[in-house]
Amino acid sequence: MSARPSTRHPPQVSVERAGVQTTIQDCGRFGYQHLGVVPAGAMDMESMLLANALVGNAPDTATLEMALQGPTLRFACEALIAVAGASYSIRAARGQTVNMMASNRPILLAAGTQVAFDHAPDGARAYLAVAGGFDVPSILGSRCTYVPAGFGGHAGRALKKGDQLALLPQASSLARTRFDSLRKRNSGVVDYASAVTTVRWSVRPSSLSEDEVTLVRFINGRHRALFTAQALQAFESSTYRISPDSNRMGYRMIGPRLERASTRDVLSEPTNLGTVQVPADGSPIVLMADHQTTGGYAKIAEVASADIPRLAQLRPGQQVRFVPCSLAQALALARAARIALATKTQALAWLYEA
Amino acid sequence: MGSQPAFRVRSVVPLGDTAVLVEFADQLDPTVNAGIQRLANAIGRRKLPWIRDVVPAIASIAVHINIGITDESDTVEMVRSLVEVCLGDKALPSRAPRPSIVVPVCYDDGFGMDLQEIAERTGLSVDDVVRRHLGSDFRVLMVGFVPGHPYLGGLDPKLAVPRRNAPRLRMPAGTVAIANAQCVVYPYEIPGGWNVVGRTPLRLFDAARPRPSLFEPADEVRFERIVRAQFDQIAKREGTQ
Repeated sequence: MSARPSTRHPPQVSVERAGVQTTIQDCGRFGYQHLGVVPAGAMDMESMLLANALVGNAPDTATLEMALQGPTLRFACEALIAVAGASYSIRAARGQTVNMMASNRPILLAAGTQVAFDHAPDGARAYLAVAGGFDVPSILGSRCTYVPAGFGGHAGRALKKGDQLALLPQASSLARTRFDSLRKRNSGVVDYASAVTTVRWSVRPSSLSEDEVTLVRFINGRHRALFTAQALQAFESSTYRISPDSNRMGYRMIGPRLERASTRDVLSEPTNLGTVQVPADGSPIVLMADHQTTGGYAKIAEVASADIPRLAQLRPGQQVRFVPCSLAQALALARAARIALATKTQALAWLYEA
Repeated sequence: MGSQPAFRVRSVVPLGDTAVLVEFADQLDPTVNAGIQRLANAIGRRKLPWIRDVVPAIASIAVHINIGITDESDTVEMVRSLVEVCLGDKALPSRAPRPSIVVPVCYDDGFGMDLQEIAERTGLSVDDVVRRHLGSDFRVLMVGFVPGHPYLGGLDPKLAVPRRNAPRLRMPAGTVAIANAQCVVYPYEIPGGWNVVGRTPLRLFDAARPRPSLFEPADEVRFERIVRAQFDQIAKREGTQ
């Protein structure tokens, strides 16, 4: 199952600490769900796309997804990076010089800089984009890691201490030209000592919720009739907490047990990102990026795609309330989210235009 | 196709705002599944830019949509009319047939850990159970759950036994197991509640192969008995052991 290691040129990023679950992710792997291969890709697609835009990359460039405790990396070459998503503070060190940098902005790193991510006070995961992108082989049309089957990304797994990651050969020259283009547009460039250079502005994703209870919109699941009226009522009117055994495959919800009115077996059938299925124990599970492509559990709801990034940024213990919406409303929400993101990414693209 | 009464759209429902499920039956029917495979093929051949994935399943098809490039406000209607057009075609084109897949299975040496129990429940001898499994003409109804995991229809009806009450938490890759009218083969070590009859040394899924999945929807499948020495030899070649 192991992917070929990328040996085309010397690695430029050393992993000095791996973090809890750091994987290479992009827009996902489409076209193979009929063979059981889930798209996977970034959990918070909005932050991933923004991270790429912040360094002038194409949307589908491979990034590093970090979750909860992030990694410590050392860049052997000059690189232009950005981190978007959870609000990690970024500690950049080179020799005796240490700078604390903020997320959501382009940062030019001098060769030899060590970059450390600790815990983020807000959000569950963030995306580190590097100008040019990480150079891992494209497997079935994507560079994203699918850990359950052990392929894609770096060796088909989460990063480990001691891993060496390659950047595109032109990463350094891209870093320089792109940062020069920011300077030329006089966009608030600040020089810090020798290790890092950044800008005074930031562009934030909208996936970080500031509410104590995050509202998650859903459209009706196709097996609603199999549940009791009380269960349907409880699903919409209760506050659920995200269980500690949630991961990239699914978010388990702690709250009222959802009882079935009929125990009729459901024939195994396709699922989708955001499908809320209810196993025999009555606790709903929201299927996330690495979910199984088919399943035989009853579907009570389907989370609106526009709300997946916000859900992906919630940590175990945080609370959600499921709120019904129509298919037309869910499509309108998705369209509005696309336009809002495009407004940000287009503004960034203009900064990098040659 | 439209003239065959057994194959008719039962419902078209959204799977969220990025996929639509077209349901044809609520139980396994080989005729219905054959129609689903042809329809999935017909949809796929159109190479519509707004379709990301077409997933034929046991009694339904999922169409995954790239809503970023379509401005429609009703994905269900989009898919419903697409399915109508495809079903209206005089003859649904079948995929170019692939040669049937022969899967070597070792039933011995503890690999077939539930053979005895199946024999007791069906009133057959262990040898009969194996013979009937080998004699079944299987067809891939669906590939899903994890990469390369086939759901095979065509199991000899005499071998119909329900799933086990308590699923086993870790079943080795290559496990061949049966329940009700179906047979599965596990591509990876996964939990499973099916009744185990044997194990194959073949690698079911390898992303680096030109055809990554040994099993594709609608493939014909036959099992072939091997002894432990052959199993070990093939496993070595496949790198599965």
